[in-house]
Amino acid sequence: MSDSLTYAYYPGCSGAGTSMEYDMSTRAVCDKLGIRLTDIPDWSCCGSTPAHTVDHSLSSALSARNLQLVEKMDMDTAITPCPSCLTNLKSAEHRMKKDEMREKVNKLLDTPYNGGVATKSVLQILVEDLGLDALKKSTIKPLKGLKVAAYYGCIMNRPPEVMNFDDPEHPMAMDNIMKAMGATVLPFPLKVECCGASFGIPRKDVVMKLSGKLLDVADDLGVDALVTACPLCQMNLDLRQTQVNSATGAKHNLPIFYYTQLMGLALGMSEKELGMDKLCVSPRKALDAIGKEEKK
Amino acid sequence: MGIVNITKTYDADFVKQVEKESGQDVALCYQCGNCTAGCPYTFAYDIPVSRIMRLVQAGQKDTVLKCKSIWMCATCESCTTRCPNNIDVAHIMDVLRHMARREGHAPVPTVKKFWDSFLDSVENNGRVFEVGLLAAYVAKTGRFWTDIDLGPKILPKGKMHFKPHEIQGKDEIKKIFKRFEEESRK
Ligand code: SF4
Ligand code: SF4
Repeated sequence: MSDSLTYAYYPGCSGAGTSMEYDMSTRAVCDKLGIRLTDIPDWSCCGSTPAHTVDHSLSSALSARNLQLVEKMDMDTAITPCPSCLTNLKSAEHRMKKDEMREKVNKLLDTPYNGGVATKSVLQILVEDLGLDALKKSTIKPLKGLKVAAYYGCIMNRPPEVMNFDDPEHPMAMDNIMKAMGATVLPFPLKVECCGASFGIPRKDVVMKLSGKLLDVADDLGVDALVTACPLCQMNLDLRQTQVNSATGAKHNLPIFYYTQLMGLALGMSEKELGMDKLCVSPRKALDAIGKEEKK
Repeated sequence: MGIVNITKTYDADFVKQVEKESGQDVALCYQCGNCTAGCPYTFAYDIPVSRIMRLVQAGQKDTVLKCKSIWMCATCESCTTRCPNNIDVAHIMDVLRHMARREGHAPVPTVKKFWDSFLDSVENNGRVFEVGLLAAYVAKTGRFWTDIDLGPKILPKGKMHFKPHEIQGKDEIKKIFKRFEEESRK
């Protein structure tokens, strides 16, 4: 593996809290695959959805402070596991290409951001910079026997002009990774539908309806688990699954993994290292299916 | 859709302002309805997104800025991705929220209060402090935490921290908010 796989790493606020198993497994997987991550020192919140609903210069400034820190590290590529952080960082970059906006944003900052840092998702560098062949070669415990569907959520790939990665309607990056590592992947028709995003607290009814639909379709497919790449999607589908069940009268009991957790297993890591015990819906049955012969 | 008498209520400045702030040409919308067909939130909207586009074209400032839909849009980017005329519809929804805020409209108060609590948390800590955010939201809305059933699920996982992560650049973040307020007052 080449030494060029070195990136500035932006964990995002939830990585230190409600999605800590995503952060843990991302770091563990990258380390194992020879991808070097250097945390952006003293990174701050990207502003998430609330900031861009207030004003674009505010939202861009909160993101640009982090991009400017990457510049200071003398690095040119930052990666983040979280699609919501990614959108904000990328949108800031995109908006600041216009002189007027760049001036407006830089006025809000202590240190101006000059531009030129590329932001990508961890998912993107895994498939584009490292490549599926390398993943196949590194697999020592294939995910054989595990049936999954990949759920990307709405903003990992959209809008395409800003995100510049994979297909905006039919993304395949996670499907391909899971396949390369031995899992059986079923096509998930709702892979880019919204789960209810951050409305869980202010308008729970919305999440019950939208996440409920995702769980219904996943269960109809007969998968052992869903695989996600977004902390908010994961939380709505996993932590809130019991709420969805009581709201809709369903009986879902579907584990919701971060794709990096399953990758870690295939790379031979322990469940503990990958934070499997942090999931709310027990992943036991799905994990036990791995490596077993499929019964007919 | 009700009948709108645009000779009386057409607000040309409003149309110009939306176009200026969003960088989009709203006249390009020919009402194909693609955006509404893909919008996962239509069930929670009072006005579907394609109709909002039409009302913007017709300069119906009050109706648009007072609607609930712009507060329920999750910026899922489905409309923007699918518009045949390459209109960045989600961007327009965002800009309409900015304008509604400036004019003091907030017809879905829980959503606004949640977003505000979130930003307060960022302003004070530099990063979001999840437990503090929840407490602030409960205080702002006067509502009991409706997710109390989730407590026993999440607390034993050790994922919730009861102290904020303080960052060194805390004051830099405070200054971003302060300068933003000063600039907006100009
Ligand atoms: S998809 Fe575009 S053209 Fe069609 S109704 Fe929506 S905004 Fe108008
Ligand atoms: S961005 Fe907003 S308006 Fe557009 S489809 Fe998504 S929720 Fe609907």
